[in-house]
Amino acid sequence: MAGIYIHIPFCKQACHYCDFHFSTNLTNTNEMVRAILLELAIRKDYLGSETIETIYFGGGTPSILEEAHIAMILNRIRKNHSVGTSPEITLEANPDDLNSKKLAGLKAAGINRLSVGIQTFQDDRLKLINRTHSAREAINCIKNAQEIGFDNLTADLIYALPPEEMDYWKHDLQQMVALKLPHISLYGLTIEEKTVFGNWVAKGKLQETSEDLAANQYKYAIEYLSDLGYRQYEVSNFAKPGYESRHNSAYWSGKSYLGIGPGAHSFDGQHRSYNIRHNHKYIEAIQSGEIPETVETLSDLQRINEIILTELRTVEGIDLNSLKIRWRKDLLNDQKEEIDNLLRSDFVKLENSQLSLTTAGFMVADDIALRLFYDE
Amino acid sequence: MDHIRNFCIIAHIDHGKSTLADRLLEFTQTVSDRDMQAQLLDNMDLERERGITIKSHAIQMNYLKGGKEFILNLIDTPGHVDFSYEVSRSIAACEGALLIVDASQGIEAQTISNLYLALEHDLEIIPVLNKIDLPGAMPEEVSDQIIDLIGCAKEDIIHASAKEGIGIEDILNAIVARIPSPKGDPEEPLQAMIFDSVFNSFRGIEVFFRVFNGTIKKGDKVKFVNTGKVYEADEIGVLKLDHEPRKELKAGNVGYIISGIKVAKEVKVGDTITHVDRPTQRQVKGFEDVKPMVYAGIYPVETSEFEELRASMEKLQLNDASLVWEPETSMALGFGFRCGFLGMLHMEIVQERLEREFDMTVITTVPSVRFHAIKSDGEIVKVSAPSELPESNYISHVEEPYIRAQIITKSEYIGAVIALCMDKRGEIKNQVYLTSDRVELTFELPLAEIVFDFFDKLKTISRGYASLDYELIGYRQSHMVKLDIMLNGEKVDALSAIVHRDKAYEWGKRLCEKLKELIPRQMFEIAVQASIGTKIIARETVKAMRKNVLAKCYGGDISRKRKLLEKQKKGKKRMRQVGNVEIPQEAFMAVLKLD
Repeated sequence: MAGIYIHIPFCKQACHYCDFHFSTNLTNTNEMVRAILLELAIRKDYLGSETIETIYFGGGTPSILEEAHIAMILNRIRKNHSVGTSPEITLEANPDDLNSKKLAGLKAAGINRLSVGIQTFQDDRLKLINRTHSAREAINCIKNAQEIGFDNLTADLIYALPPEEMDYWKHDLQQMVALKLPHISLYGLTIEEKTVFGNWVAKGKLQETSEDLAANQYKYAIEYLSDLGYRQYEVSNFAKPGYESRHNSAYWSGKSYLGIGPGAHSFDGQHRSYNIRHNHKYIEAIQSGEIPETVETLSDLQRINEIILTELRTVEGIDLNSLKIRWRKDLLNDQKEEIDNLLRSDFVKLENSQLSLTTAGFMVADDIALRLFYDE
Repeated sequence: MDHIRNFCIIAHIDHGKSTLADRLLEFTQTVSDRDMQAQLLDNMDLERERGITIKSHAIQMNYLKGGKEFILNLIDTPGHVDFSYEVSRSIAACEGALLIVDASQGIEAQTISNLYLALEHDLEIIPVLNKIDLPGAMPEEVSDQIIDLIGCAKEDIIHASAKEGIGIEDILNAIVARIPSPKGDPEEPLQAMIFDSVFNSFRGIEVFFRVFNGTIKKGDKVKFVNTGKVYEADEIGVLKLDHEPRKELKAGNVGYIISGIKVAKEVKVGDTITHVDRPTQRQVKGFEDVKPMVYAGIYPVETSEFEELRASMEKLQLNDASLVWEPETSMALGFGFRCGFLGMLHMEIVQERLEREFDMTVITTVPSVRFHAIKSDGEIVKVSAPSELPESNYISHVEEPYIRAQIITKSEYIGAVIALCMDKRGEIKNQVYLTSDRVELTFELPLAEIVFDFFDKLKTISRGYASLDYELIGYRQSHMVKLDIMLNGEKVDALSAIVHRDKAYEWGKRLCEKLKELIPRQMFEIAVQASIGTKIIARETVKAMRKNVLAKCYGGDISRKRKLLEKQKKGKKRMRQVGNVEIPQEAFMAVLKLD
């Protein structure tokens, strides 16, 4: 069981908070798709003979691509790999790209799950973060997608957006659940260096939302969605039963994945590698038959810490038995004092050899993870 | 002997002493161009960077004048009030002094006090107006200041620019013509004075001395009078750019002795060297055991590095005899050392040298002066750490060290300077106009009040136009109290301080505020309290951490995020735990940053 991630490094315009890899120069999309096809061919043995269960088009904005491009890429994957019988094939999309024709085309090409970047339903905030769509477009595109028959849909919202205000968030959540999506992702705004927001904050032109309000918004959302039957199965992800993202879950459970495209990351169980974050250099390298990648070999302790980090963020929590059997680490004993403290103050719970976060724990998951880390 | 001249340089920081010394060395060809390195005498990196001389140094030059070759011994002096005793010994080793004054700045307090020292020792003063090439130079005005001060004739003042090489020959000629040659009798019993020592990792301690009477020869058995230690003079010589061994050194000359001494502590600046067989009856006057003025704890950031820190301190002490220390333990910080320093600059230097030369990262605790706690039976308990202060019911009162401070500033800043000194519990004693717009103010102040940020504040309120010199004048009774800091009810011993009662509330309040800033939010609320005895006088709260979770953790982020958290974990390990509270190391230095 493995996954393939395809990075589509193009956007119509840059969102002010985003530090992912993309270019707003759309002149060489054809060349890029050819390079992606080529990389898929070059790396067809990366995952060995594993069955591909999930394919994920991320970005950037994959919905910029023609349906034909998507179909070509999927065909190449089917040609090179054995794809499972009911794969999850996700495409990240922006509302303004998804007219009915496009939606039908994507469906025909094989996409069976859409992840729509809504971010907020407030037009003034959409403008502030430099999105290309309106709230109305977002709502319409979801409705269109549902009519065309996409039932496995997810959308993103961002909390802690400036200006600081609790109510916009409550309103956004209401609008979101009204769309009756089976899956919702919630991300807290983080101010990254080398973004417009990073620059504004550094210059004092933008006020970052306080930790307290961000915490209140996050907590509100957890409770609100849970009351409506959405299960928080990971820090940022909420789903109706059976609609959890299989691709992302694979990341968190340490499965192998192949990442294609500039800036894409791959993992084979022991090595993490990533391609160069530069469209032109990526294309050049691939055309000359080389993978422009940087490879990092993980030590056992690094692997173990990654397991602690990713599993802790899921609703199941850390599988202490598997850690013991596979990695010979008795976490409960090795970090006894920390875990006792965390249990006592209700940040974690321990059931059937699974150490998992409580709602209070989800709020401070990073702090807890590093307390459980092993020293190298 | 009549061809020897021994002289030092008196100058304020930045007035160009080291550059002038460089020019003298070049002009006399003591160093070749190839070996020339700016500020040659300041051979510690730290000295070059800070532009100050920390240790004294000495160097011998040869200068041909009127067909005679003269030997010029330049004894460089440290340029900071922390090292005023070393300065006094260097001065005592000379017959003359160059008084360097920056033509754009005028005379500063430090210069005046060192000048007085030189006059007390009957040194011939050669005034030099440096940096005359600067656009801001005020040669007339500054010349008047110099004339007022030493009563010389205007023509006696040499105009120079060490940077541009102007006036260097005039200075050398004046040294030969105006500074008297040393007096003394090479046949008398040996009487030599130690003015400095340095550590050489191959040969042990090199001791620098001035011979006043008698003659020292290689292989002689000599005694250091105050320590009573006896050595053999394995090697003696003069201080050129490198050491030049000699068979003998006679009265009037300056040189070094190597005799297998391993630790700097055995060598006391100001001590007299004499022969074991034919000892002098006259030891050189003015010897003092240098006493630390400021005490603070030094702890390794990593508790496991205590032994390494000890080894580093021992090595540091090899060439810094004025550093004293003994082991100390703290509930909060673990094992460390209570150290005595000559002053705050000395403390900073020690900390920086530990970091640079020994790669040790250390936490320095609240600096303290040495208080006297007087028991009811009159017994004096010396207190150089808050933990040493006996409970108030065991003592009748506390005394604290006072200083006399000389501050020279421009007349427009008098008000601000006086206000600052009053705020520091000072009392003004005298006010003298040196010129129409430069004034010398004399204050008596508690030493404790000036060890923190006094100098910085003085510089700020006077826009840099104030200089400070001080001397200890004794102990006076004061109402001192011990102020403790508690985190969630647990006392943090390393944050305690002895402060004056009138200032305790302000101190406690500001320290709590500062700690609130410096202690990161943790998973529970933290009460930060200041107390005197059982009475809480200030409180702040560090709110519980509300949220610490990065939203995304997909493919590529996993590695990045793991590294981020591993780095944070390392940072956490450097924190100290008191009760359930993690305290970052900056918090222990918070006291130094109270504004």
